[in-house]
Amino acid sequence: MELIFALVIGTLTATGVYLLLRARTFPVVVGLTLLSYGVNLFLFSTGRLATGQQPVLGSAETYSDPLPQALVLTAIVIGFAMTAFVVVLSLRNLADNEDDHVDGRQPQPTEPSKREREAGSK
Amino acid sequence: MSLPLVVFLPFLGAIAAPLFAQGGRTAIAIASSVPALIALAALFPHWETLAGGGTVLASYEWLPALGLSFSFRLDGLALLFALLILLIGLLIILYARYYLKPAENVGKFYALLLCFKGSMLGIVLSGNLLLMLIFWELTSLTSFLLISFWNHKQDARRGARMALAVTGGGGLALLAGILLIGNIVGSYELDDVLAAGDLIKSHALYPVALTLVLLGAFTKSAQFPFHFWLPHAMQAPTPVSAYLHSATMVKAGVFLMARLYPALAGTEQWFYMVSFTGMATLLIGAYVAMFKHDLKGLLAHSTVSHLGLITLLFGMGTKLAAVAAVFHVINHATFKASLFMAAGIIDHETGTRDMRQINGLWRYMPHTATLAMVAASSMAGVPLLNGFLSKEMFFAESLQLNLPGGLAWLPPLVATLAGIFAVAYSARFVHDVFFNGKPVNLPIYPPHEPPRYMKIPVEILVFACIMVGMFPAFSIGPLLYAASYATLGGEVPDYHLTILHGINLPLMMSVAAFVGGLLMYSQRQKFFDFHARFREIDEKAVFESVVSWLVDLAHRFTGAIENGSLQRYAMLLVVSVIAVALVPLSTMGVFVGENGLSPVDWPTAIAAGVLILCAIATAIGHRERFIALVLLSVVGLVVALAFARFSAPDLAMTQLSVEVVTIVLLMLALYYMPSWTPHESTGGRRLRDLVLALVAGGGMTLVTLAMLTQPFSSISQFFLENSKPGGGGTNVVNVILVDFRGFDTLGEITVLAIAALGIYAMLKDTALTPPPGDGQGHPWTRDAHPLMLKQIARPMLPLALMVSVYIFLRGHNLPGGGFIAGLVTSVALIIQYIASGMTWTQDRIPVKYHNVIGLGLLFATVAGAGSFAFGYPFLTSTFDYISWPVVGKFEVASALIFDLGVYLTVIGATLLALVSIGRLSPHSAIKSPREKS
Repeated sequence: MELIFALVIGTLTATGVYLLLRARTFPVVVGLTLLSYGVNLFLFSTGRLATGQQPVLGSAETYSDPLPQALVLTAIVIGFAMTAFVVVLSLRNLADNEDDHVDGRQPQPTEPSKREREAGSK
Repeated sequence: MSLPLVVFLPFLGAIAAPLFAQGGRTAIAIASSVPALIALAALFPHWETLAGGGTVLASYEWLPALGLSFSFRLDGLALLFALLILLIGLLIILYARYYLKPAENVGKFYALLLCFKGSMLGIVLSGNLLLMLIFWELTSLTSFLLISFWNHKQDARRGARMALAVTGGGGLALLAGILLIGNIVGSYELDDVLAAGDLIKSHALYPVALTLVLLGAFTKSAQFPFHFWLPHAMQAPTPVSAYLHSATMVKAGVFLMARLYPALAGTEQWFYMVSFTGMATLLIGAYVAMFKHDLKGLLAHSTVSHLGLITLLFGMGTKLAAVAAVFHVINHATFKASLFMAAGIIDHETGTRDMRQINGLWRYMPHTATLAMVAASSMAGVPLLNGFLSKEMFFAESLQLNLPGGLAWLPPLVATLAGIFAVAYSARFVHDVFFNGKPVNLPIYPPHEPPRYMKIPVEILVFACIMVGMFPAFSIGPLLYAASYATLGGEVPDYHLTILHGINLPLMMSVAAFVGGLLMYSQRQKFFDFHARFREIDEKAVFESVVSWLVDLAHRFTGAIENGSLQRYAMLLVVSVIAVALVPLSTMGVFVGENGLSPVDWPTAIAAGVLILCAIATAIGHRERFIALVLLSVVGLVVALAFARFSAPDLAMTQLSVEVVTIVLLMLALYYMPSWTPHESTGGRRLRDLVLALVAGGGMTLVTLAMLTQPFSSISQFFLENSKPGGGGTNVVNVILVDFRGFDTLGEITVLAIAALGIYAMLKDTALTPPPGDGQGHPWTRDAHPLMLKQIARPMLPLALMVSVYIFLRGHNLPGGGFIAGLVTSVALIIQYIASGMTWTQDRIPVKYHNVIGLGLLFATVAGAGSFAFGYPFLTSTFDYISWPVVGKFEVASALIFDLGVYLTVIGATLLALVSIGRLSPHSAIKSPREKS
């Protein structure tokens, strides 16, 4: 079971990282969401996998670790806030630059770098 | 109490003095003198203790964990330096009153001067090495500000920067050295360090610590090869040069060597490093001083040379040499400060400092000339003046120095050579300036004597030179004894402060120096011609080119790393994380720990398979954004199921409701965005990203596997045991959130609120026109709010709200709580927005979500602060049981109010974010009036 759980986290990380490295804002947001699923599951699993041991007193003989759960609960909510923030950032980028490239503009290979431009203006 | 007072009064004075600037230069000069006068009065009563070799201590705790304390320590050495700083400081204040022009920023000048004085006193009076280092850095900073006092001059700014770079760099080395010493000794208190000399010197790290400390001392005291900053610091106003760069600050390095003498000196390394550095500096400074045409340049190089002399004396390692070094500190401070002041007067009265222009001033200012000539004679080492005495001691010691390898002749030769140069440049100072024909093209002509009071400081110092020179035992004997006693840590050798010790070798060396020096000066043209054949190295140009090379390097590095591409930063971030994680991972070998694997549970495994497939499909099909979104939502739902499966009902509920809100959010965003991602990345780029993704994913799989199969221990037993008796709830997760770790939660909902407000601010004045249809060119449906959805959504609302209230109330004991209830309420409200449109819903919920957020934070904070009223710390909760009709016995915890705050904040933040995005569309605004009718 642990191997399957580890594979799930690995897959979420891999797909998240791949999408994170894309050039457009929307796939990056989707990638971040996948990555945060993976991270939340990982943090949660630091309390180990247990079935039927919810940390509600009186409901079971032994209880699973409540601390990672409390951490992950807030992480989920904060993760949502951050996702919303990034989404809005990309919307604002779209509105201001009329483009949804993560760099704010299409890459232009011939364009000189900032430093070269500074050197040229001197 | 009096010791900290001595140090901190000047700083207070620095604040107060500029207030007197309105009253003119005299008023501010008088005001600036007050701290020094009080300090002198405060030091006076300690003389009896110090004269006998005692110390006075005053210690206050500051950061005991770091070994840092406000510890002050006064002994003979500290007293000697404190007196130099205070007395010469007073003279400088008087002198500067006449030196500065009324139009200049006098307030700033005196404030900086007082800051410097406080810092310098701090160095000499600190009883803790770390505290001393703080004051050490402060002198570097104030020196920087004083050198660049005329900051409209480029040379002044550059000189200041150079001084700061060199002394600041040395300060860093000193910090490292002091940390090492503190580590070896186990304390930074000076008394402990001085008592642990043998321990330090036998320690393996002694060579490193000594080198670092000496780097600090050498840079500060302008020792070769760091001496170049001092001549360039002469761009400072002359009172600053006289005070900082001859009498006090440059002596801080020498002071450090004297202070740590018992702890560090006496080894071979000390001997070679210190004495050879001193010898080189002595000779180079004296040689270059000969050829300077700038009056202050000559004095600056002479200062370098004399600092080298003092360093050499400390390096010799004999007790008599150390006494001579301390003695020369006093003598040099008196004659050099008076010479600088005289140079300043000449500059002031002639408008130039170039000795090729200044000639024959004897006719115009005989009084100043007499004073300068006496001081210069002292510098040259003429008998009956104080410079002669310490120079004789130096000559005598140089003969005692038995360098191995038949080099015993070297120190006396160097000493005599430096003596010859010193006589030559002193002769030049006297002859070239006051005689030698007539002035050439002076900017101010004819020069005349300065104001009466401007000469007083020079007169006092020259008087001191004569007094010490003629009656050394009477005038300086007791102070020198106390200072030497403190330097050596007891046991002062026999020395005799008499003018003549008979005809001996040192005297012959002095005679040789005089004859040679005067000969050299008379034949100076030949030496000038010889010197002119070498190209002079412009240290400033070298320094500037090194600095600009470094800046250029930094620019190139930044440019290479930071090119403005977010895509690239993300890649670099992933690569760095992988690189950091791979190192420990590669050494692990076995990834399945002691606990082994538990049996596979097939339903769970199938769900996991669905998740994996959907995640991969999301990544592969990400170009079709809508499809990717649907697949993503499946992944999120399975994650919620996983939480439910593995004993985390709270997490499952949270994940489920967040999932709904997230997908709605992304759908909303997608409405404005292109629905399709174009092919852009090259095949190589995709392959690179794929490899990175696989490495990251593989790494996470291994890390997770290794972690899950290890045995573990947790601190959670505490929470499980105290949840009921301490927090009054059986749902331990919720009790942790609102009680044990309530402060964290308060921080987290604050972040949530800030994020929502940030979203609102970002979108406030933004307009986005959605594309007319989806990617395939289909137009949007005309039926924006389908009837079915509307009809189902409306009756759902009260039901959903009831559920959320139930979840909220039971949260303390059963899965639920503020976070989840808030999310459920949000989902219920969002569905109304989707089903019926913005305006329709807004009309019926006349609530500003900003206020909801504010109210939520207020509840949470008040609930936390409420415990103050009962004398408990922040967020202490209490609870009681009450009986409600129908519900029965019910527990009310004060944490419930806190949780209510969480609940409100979550609702406010979620809805503010979504409504802000929804409002972007002109569509909803147009549609709504029709909806209403």
